[in-house]
Amino acid sequence: MSLQLMRGNEAIAEAAIRAGCRCYFCYPITPQGELVEYMARELPTRGGEFLQAESEVSAINMVYGAAAAGVRTMTSSSSPGISLKMEGISYMAGARLPGVIVNIMRGGPGLGNIAPAQADYFQATKGGGHGDYRLITLAPSTVPEAAELVMEAFELSDRYRVPAMILADGMLGQMMEPVELPEPVDPADIPARPWALTGAKGRDPNVVLSFDLDPQGLKKMNQELQAIYRQIQHNEIRWEESHTEDAELLLVAYGTMGRIARTVARLAREEGIRAGLIRPITLWPFPYDPIRQAAQSVSTVLTLELSAGQMWEDVQLAVGQRADTPFYGELGGVVPTPRQILKEVKRYVSS
Amino acid sequence: MSPAETTIPQGYGKVFSRPQSLSDAPTTYCPGCLHGVATRLIAEVIDELGIKDRTVGIAPVGCAVFLYRFYNLDFVQASHGRACAVATGLKRANSDLMVFSYQGDGDLAAIGTAETVHAANRGENFTVVFINNQIYGMTGGEMAPTTLPGQRTTTTPRGRDVASTGYPLRISEMLAQLDGPRYITRQSLHDAPHIAKSRKALLTAFSNQLEGKGFSMVELVAACPTNFKMSPDKANKWLVEQALPAYPLGDLKVKE
Amino acid sequence: MEQGVVFAGFGGQGILLAGKILARAGMEHGLHVSWLPSYGPEMRGGTANCTVVLSDKPIGAPIVDTPWALVAMNAPSLDRFEPQLAPGGAAVINSSLVKRDLERTDITGIQVPVTTLAHNLDMPRASNMVALGALIRFLDAVPQEAVVQALSREMEERGRESLIEGNRKALELGYEEAGKVLDGS
Repeated sequence: MSLQLMRGNEAIAEAAIRAGCRCYFCYPITPQGELVEYMARELPTRGGEFLQAESEVSAINMVYGAAAAGVRTMTSSSSPGISLKMEGISYMAGARLPGVIVNIMRGGPGLGNIAPAQADYFQATKGGGHGDYRLITLAPSTVPEAAELVMEAFELSDRYRVPAMILADGMLGQMMEPVELPEPVDPADIPARPWALTGAKGRDPNVVLSFDLDPQGLKKMNQELQAIYRQIQHNEIRWEESHTEDAELLLVAYGTMGRIARTVARLAREEGIRAGLIRPITLWPFPYDPIRQAAQSVSTVLTLELSAGQMWEDVQLAVGQRADTPFYGELGGVVPTPRQILKEVKRYVSS
Repeated sequence: MSPAETTIPQGYGKVFSRPQSLSDAPTTYCPGCLHGVATRLIAEVIDELGIKDRTVGIAPVGCAVFLYRFYNLDFVQASHGRACAVATGLKRANSDLMVFSYQGDGDLAAIGTAETVHAANRGENFTVVFINNQIYGMTGGEMAPTTLPGQRTTTTPRGRDVASTGYPLRISEMLAQLDGPRYITRQSLHDAPHIAKSRKALLTAFSNQLEGKGFSMVELVAACPTNFKMSPDKANKWLVEQALPAYPLGDLKVKE
Repeated sequence: MEQGVVFAGFGGQGILLAGKILARAGMEHGLHVSWLPSYGPEMRGGTANCTVVLSDKPIGAPIVDTPWALVAMNAPSLDRFEPQLAPGGAAVINSSLVKRDLERTDITGIQVPVTTLAHNLDMPRASNMVALGALIRFLDAVPQEAVVQALSREMEERGRESLIEGNRKALELGYEEAGKVLDGS
């Protein structure tokens, strides 16, 4: 086992190359600069194309083009830049093009700041761009998990022909942890793309489109998309669960807040509070059922986020009236310490 | 009777047929529209160069949105203005492809100005066909960046007022200033001699790509009889008398 | 065992690198580690800090409420982080620049003139290694040899082999100086 101490941003970049990402397009933005720089340094020497585009809009459309040509492709940015990519992401979803988008979230709205935040949950999981589409949304909470989920994102995106997003934040992008890098994907194992635009030689022309002016036709296209989304919901929900068996209070948190919540749960247990934790790994599809089940035996399900309460809505949907569903969040890039959160936890246990 | 079934009488030779790169789907262009001419010229050039099996076209948003139906080629439809970015992605992913984008004036010179300028500046090795008909066709005859001063459109009902909306954007002249592009030319589609010149320009542009020489753009000045609210012959006359003085024809950049 | 260490100082004092070398040494010594920098505008000429967590179990929060140890390379860093330190913990204080003692009595102050010592070694940029050396005299989670090895590997990867020897000396000097303070206290 060979461990390397890597920044989140760098581990994501390296994992993408190992996943067979052949084309990467970007526009620089903090706090994901190291990802861009790593790709600029490494990708051209390892058989890939790196291009710094004139804008995030262009970068996502380059991804659209490269995906249409049939290669594994990725772009990365941070919140304001991801907003600019939304048009292209909607087109990719409509045209059934696979590809990976990395969002190293920062404080918003507007220019916000460059500190860690989780305020782009709605944008990632509920649309963001126009139309009835979904993104497979994976939320790593540690650097090694980020590397693992990047590999996974390429696999899932290819398998379902649905774009996938890695939703992390500035803290994960900037911090270093030991990583055992995954083995590179054998190009032969990457699924064939008979739909790709390679030139209509010895076959009928392939066409990559995201439109149908006939409402019945577009309805059918949408129904096909929805059927794929149902398959993904059925097959691909991922979450991590700890100490839920005997829990009196359930914490739900993802990404950076998910790992802080792990410490909170430990501290709570040390003080005799039976806290459990569910950490969603796929934010879409969302683990409604596991949360619903774990909520059966607790009185309180406390959602923790670096936002004003976005995933909270999904937790409430999952829990319904089975338990109280309070929320604790920090705004604007402020990251609470475990003891600050523990104080909040105690409020609900004593009451 | 399809062309294949036509028997040619003895002593006669076949001089005209549909290019192989064109499908038999009827176009959706209006009567008298010059898009149809441009669409066909591109097919002729692809046939002539023998690159049909490796060509990918990029359909725009606008009157040519159905372009993929008119060709026997792999095609992708791009969002409004982004064709040059999509072309960059295709070509960077697979440099063996022959890639062309087909874009109107709103697409290329308004919403997609940045994509166009930067692809040209990088000298991306693909071909851009730019139809300048001084108006937005599909959305209903609104002002384009190329609309002439005083020209009436549905969003300039009193004529384009340059004090408020600026001047006709000569994007070919802009691109010709850059070091990146290989070939920038402006031609017209209003009569047979000019159509022949346009064909030659397209041949040069595609040949440049085939030889790896970099970014080529052919601007084709056209008319939109429907939105000009003119008969086709009057629209062409207007083109010659009004548009061509604002958009002088010829090669603007030929990098050796 | 889980210990959080904060390194803080001016941008340019090598704070982030000192933290990284400790984290790397911890990793190579078989511990779970995390390294979290402050980032952004404050990196550029202002103050910088990073938090290293060393643990025998997987690490949850990479931020710590109560660090076990602090390296304060300047006065503002001591002002900011002294109140947060865990009782029984320690602060390595760069006494070349920080002209005050600890206010708290439940933590150990390790006063080492790291800037001056690095200058005396003719390695002015190695003040961070003097401080790191002093720190590991207090921390028992990572042995000195592991830190020296992590330092060497880090320098090799950066193509700075020529600096290994000087930095190692700086590290050892800090270790010795801290010994004088700790044994005397």
